Amino acid sequence: MSMRTRRSVRAGQYLALLCYLVFLAFPFLWLISTAFKPAPELGSLHPTWIPHHPTLDNFRAAFDEQPLLRAAANSLIAAVSAGFIAVVIATPMAYVMARHRSRLSAAATGWVVVSQAFPFVLLIIPLFLVLKYLHLINTLWGLIMVYVVWSLPFALWMLVGYVRAVPPELEEAAAVDGASRLRTLVSVTAPLLAPGIVATALFAFITAWNEFFFALVLLKTPEKQTLPVVLTHFLGAEGASDLGPLAAAAFLATLPSLVLFAVIQRRITGGMLAGAVKS
Amino acid sequence: MTLASATVQSGRHGPPGGPHGKGSARINRNAGTWFLVLPALLPILVLSVGPLLYGIALAFTDAQSGRTRSTQWTGVLNFQDLLHDGLFWDSFRIGLVWAVGVTVPQFVLALGLALLLNQNLRMRWLARALAIIPWAMPEVVVGIMWRLVYNPDAGILNETIRDLGLGDGRDWLTGLATALPAVILVGVWAGMPQTTVALLAGLQNTPHELHEAAALDGAGAWRRFRTVTWPALKPVALSITALNFIWNFNSFALVYVLTNGGPGGRTRLPMLFAYEEAFRYGQFGYAAAMGCVMVAVISVILAVYLVGRLGGGEDR
Repeated sequence: MSMRTRRSVRAGQYLALLCYLVFLAFPFLWLISTAFKPAPELGSLHPTWIPHHPTLDNFRAAFDEQPLLRAAANSLIAAVSAGFIAVVIATPMAYVMARHRSRLSAAATGWVVVSQAFPFVLLIIPLFLVLKYLHLINTLWGLIMVYVVWSLPFALWMLVGYVRAVPPELEEAAAVDGASRLRTLVSVTAPLLAPGIVATALFAFITAWNEFFFALVLLKTPEKQTLPVVLTHFLGAEGASDLGPLAAAAFLATLPSLVLFAVIQRRITGGMLAGAVKS
Repeated sequence: MTLASATVQSGRHGPPGGPHGKGSARINRNAGTWFLVLPALLPILVLSVGPLLYGIALAFTDAQSGRTRSTQWTGVLNFQDLLHDGLFWDSFRIGLVWAVGVTVPQFVLALGLALLLNQNLRMRWLARALAIIPWAMPEVVVGIMWRLVYNPDAGILNETIRDLGLGDGRDWLTGLATALPAVILVGVWAGMPQTTVALLAGLQNTPHELHEAAALDGAGAWRRFRTVTWPALKPVALSITALNFIWNFNSFALVYVLTNGGPGGRTRLPMLFAYEEAFRYGQFGYAAAMGCVMVAVISVILAVYLVGRLGGGEDR
């Protein structure tokens, strides 16, 4: 390849990358811009990228209009509980699945794949009836139960991958040294798994924090609802909505999952890459 | 989204203990193993597998919400009604158009981005960082954000159109002709990152030496892609595309926030239709039947995906 074509290929690549950057970034930048605009600028027929008179009024108005703090607290409780419970019950099973090739792990693997194909409506109607029977409709506990089960498939997947990355030889060495099985798991396997377990818990947290459909169906009263459900109240009946507070609230609701995702992103993609390379 | 990693990870070798778990790990499958498995297995059976079977059973009843009279078995009546329900088939068709309309451009764009990110380019850390945003955002926020972009007066899209002198712009989400394409664009944007990362993982799986050898033999970029890159990428590409299709077909929150199925049902995906039927009109049995039909169609697609994967020769 001549120097010249190589250079023009490079230029084309950078141009394409630039297009991707713009496409990925512009809606988010617009959200931020809208969140900081004062009311007159929002009503203007010629909106600008940069607010002329940036303001925090929209954030104040958002908290006045809807019970955002309580909704955030509900989301936090649901997401932390779901993330915590999911890894506590999934880790032992993932360990068994990774170390055994049994019929059980084959069935569990099949279920993980199949569960991705459920239309949630087929799941939510019976769940709604079951939770109603248990008097758990409109409670965070009911929602947490659903979130735990809902996040189990991918929690298992992630954890199985992390367990497989721990060489069984380490466990054997400990066993040869006379450590009991429990001792081996606690003092050899668990420390090596810890980062993976944390990443899985955070991922389950983000999924629950972002979830909308189950929360919409299961939570009836505003004081029980989670952040995504409360956000839709800003939209108003016939699409007429208060743009500034809407943008401000939406921006705030995104921050926790963005920050956490940035933290574990390398682990998720790194795990995918490692898996690919080692196969 | 994690199934992408799953497809990648499942290619790895199991423990050296062989298929029945005897040998090196030396964990006998006894009460202890069950003790490890039950905490996850029980909730799965009680709150996932059980309700799924219950849901299928409901499809053969006249179950309604808040009714005092007991529920009756009605056999295939719901399915017969569904067969003649033009609105449902409209939504089914819209669901297919949406799923294809999102999945295909998503794949093409993601492949392009993955190929770029696989090059040694300077701004690629920024692209990686930006690609996190759609992935980490709540779907509801993605919907709200794009409503702000599409807003007829205060939105950036129409302002850009006005600035470029291309007219006054329009009300994208409420126009009969523009609503579906407009929500499809949002779907593409929202799902691109996962696809990109999965494909990037597949790309890094391609043996580098093969690339160099092909380049030395004088193969051009397209030839190298076709003969070296694509064969290695195919299993991942197939998996992620099938899964994207399923996820998109079943999606709800994004379109609920963007248009709530409007205007005039033009963006009413099957899930929105079933949701309304179940939780606005209380027709649990009928909505469950819709779910069954959706599962049936998706199963066919999943079967194609599994056959394709096995045929792809990626697995043991």
